[in-house]
Amino acid sequence: MSAAAPDPLLSVRDIAVQFGGIKALDGISFDMKQGQILGLIGPNGAGKTTLFNCLSRLYTPSSGDILFKGSTLLDRPAHRIAEAGIGRTFQNLATFKNLTVRDNIRIGAHSASSSDMASDALRLPWVGRNEARIDEIVDELIDYLEIGAVADMPVAGLPFGTLKRVELARALASQPTLLLLDEPAGGLNHDEITELGERIKKIRDERNVTVLLVEHHMNLVMAISDVVVVLNFGRKISEGTPEAVQADPEVIRAYLGDAA
Amino acid sequence: MTVQQEEVSAVEARQEQQARSVSAATISSLVVLAALVLCPFFISGFQTFQLNLMLIYAIAIMGLNLLTGFNGQFSLGHGAFYAIGAYTAAILIDTFGVSYVWTLPAAGVICFVSGFLFGLPALRLEGVYLALATFALAVATPQMLKLSILEHWTGGVQGIVIRKPKAPFDLPLSQDQWLYFFTLFVGLLLYWAARNMVKSRSGRAIMAIRDNPLAARSMGVNVALYKSLTFGVSALFTGIAGALGAIVIQFVAPDSFTFVLSVALLVGLVVGGVGWLPGAIVGGAFIVFVPNIAEEISKGLSGAMYGLMLILLIYVMPTGAGGLIRTVTDRLTRR
Ligand SMILES: Nc1ncnc2c1ncn2[C@@H]1O[C@H](COP(=O)(O)OP(=O)(O)O)[C@@H](O)[C@H]1O
Ligand SMILES: [Mg+2]
Repeated sequence: MSAAAPDPLLSVRDIAVQFGGIKALDGISFDMKQGQILGLIGPNGAGKTTLFNCLSRLYTPSSGDILFKGSTLLDRPAHRIAEAGIGRTFQNLATFKNLTVRDNIRIGAHSASSSDMASDALRLPWVGRNEARIDEIVDELIDYLEIGAVADMPVAGLPFGTLKRVELARALASQPTLLLLDEPAGGLNHDEITELGERIKKIRDERNVTVLLVEHHMNLVMAISDVVVVLNFGRKISEGTPEAVQADPEVIRAYLGDAA
Repeated sequence: MTVQQEEVSAVEARQEQQARSVSAATISSLVVLAALVLCPFFISGFQTFQLNLMLIYAIAIMGLNLLTGFNGQFSLGHGAFYAIGAYTAAILIDTFGVSYVWTLPAAGVICFVSGFLFGLPALRLEGVYLALATFALAVATPQMLKLSILEHWTGGVQGIVIRKPKAPFDLPLSQDQWLYFFTLFVGLLLYWAARNMVKSRSGRAIMAIRDNPLAARSMGVNVALYKSLTFGVSALFTGIAGALGAIVIQFVAPDSFTFVLSVALLVGLVVGGVGWLPGAIVGGAFIVFVPNIAEEISKGLSGAMYGLMLILLIYVMPTGAGGLIRTVTDRLTRR
């Protein structure tokens, strides 16, 4: 599978997004190789979530292009991004709150399965097979992310950390090649963050998933990323290995300026 | 106990509780079904007719529930689809001599198409704006039905009178009883289909849109398509109810389908429980029987009585019959 995929897996080329007068993204370019974990960091408001929303086609950049497996994502509507092989989680949880954990994850498998309303309503024979396949994917993920104890509970009312795992399971249910994680460590405690880092690496290694990680938690990003891209005010100010980026005076200035 | 043991026993307790409430649900549905089947043999023809209307409204409410309860789209105009279904049946029987049985699929198809087409522009509208647009549909419907260019088919203000069908195969059933069982059969079939849909991939997609449209889109759900399709399916249910209504009442006229009907369906939905399919029966019963009860309490103030009963009901069960039943079974099974 990895042999057939063209290199780079993802290529962001000079994209720009404006909101009114604000340039949320201003000519961002970078590439991602298959199997990488790329950490995307930057102070609040730097444009990280906006970039994610371009990749999942919730926003359309005003210029530039995004290539995934060699072809542009810009002629795909948002609902055909999952089937292209890109899964995501959201910075502020975006679960389906009236549904159970299991159903949330099942919806993650929407693009990995097919059916239509009429066949579903009449329970035609292939519907059962389709549902069984979805359940196979879902059961495996419930085990993998250790959320069996809450699987049949409604999502509303579950603890934040659990919901983050539910979202991760939901994103993996589409069986993505590229996983976009928007601040997965937000709201987690120290031990949970260490566990999360291990889990992300495990997902990359065992499931052959490339990971684009937006995170505020520097230790986590530096510990697991192969490459780090730094944004500030919608511009890319640095790119390189974690060590190189940490030593970059431009990055230090951006962060110290932010803290001051 | 270790954490893992605790988790395992929690899972077991939960599964046990689920198994208990599943069997409770099965038993109560069987009891309700048995009551519905036996009732007509113990009550008068008129009461059977009323019970039939209850089922018919229940079907219409089920359709509205798919749209509003499961997909989160408001409709104050489902009376329009009910009217289209009713007129489809009446015109097919009266002008074209079609058997009443075949008017149901015809009404279903026509209403599906109308609902789907109405759903397309409605995609741009949400919440109160969608409520307003559907309200306009409800208000316009009786006037459209009175239009003189359509009079040849619709009978204008006079409407259309149709004949009541007899029980086939020499079944020992009165006309009222036969039609009641006919409606019950259609209703069960539609309930089965709605339940299948809700418990499958497309049903989950519909609910995902209700809960979080952006996340649904990112999971690969074609939000626009599913919303319009749901509008169509919802109209299909309500339209079939309308066709049954025309056959059972043997009469359609524009003023039977005013805005009041749309509101009644919405009230029935809320009373039965938004997002809970079996609640439709309770909602149907409310539409048919509560105005009569209100009238019996006070002739002059029946409207106020109706309002009072509605307020009391919503106060006692703010989430409808569905919510009440869920709370009660939760208490009973979680011992
Ligand atoms: N939908 C929007 N409308 C207007 N401005 C937005 C919108 N989304 C983001 N922005 C602005 O774009 C900039 C980048 O935001 P965001 O991508 O959320 O940053 P980050 O995720 O890096 O914290 C901010 O100035 C933010 O206020
Ligand atoms: Mg952000």
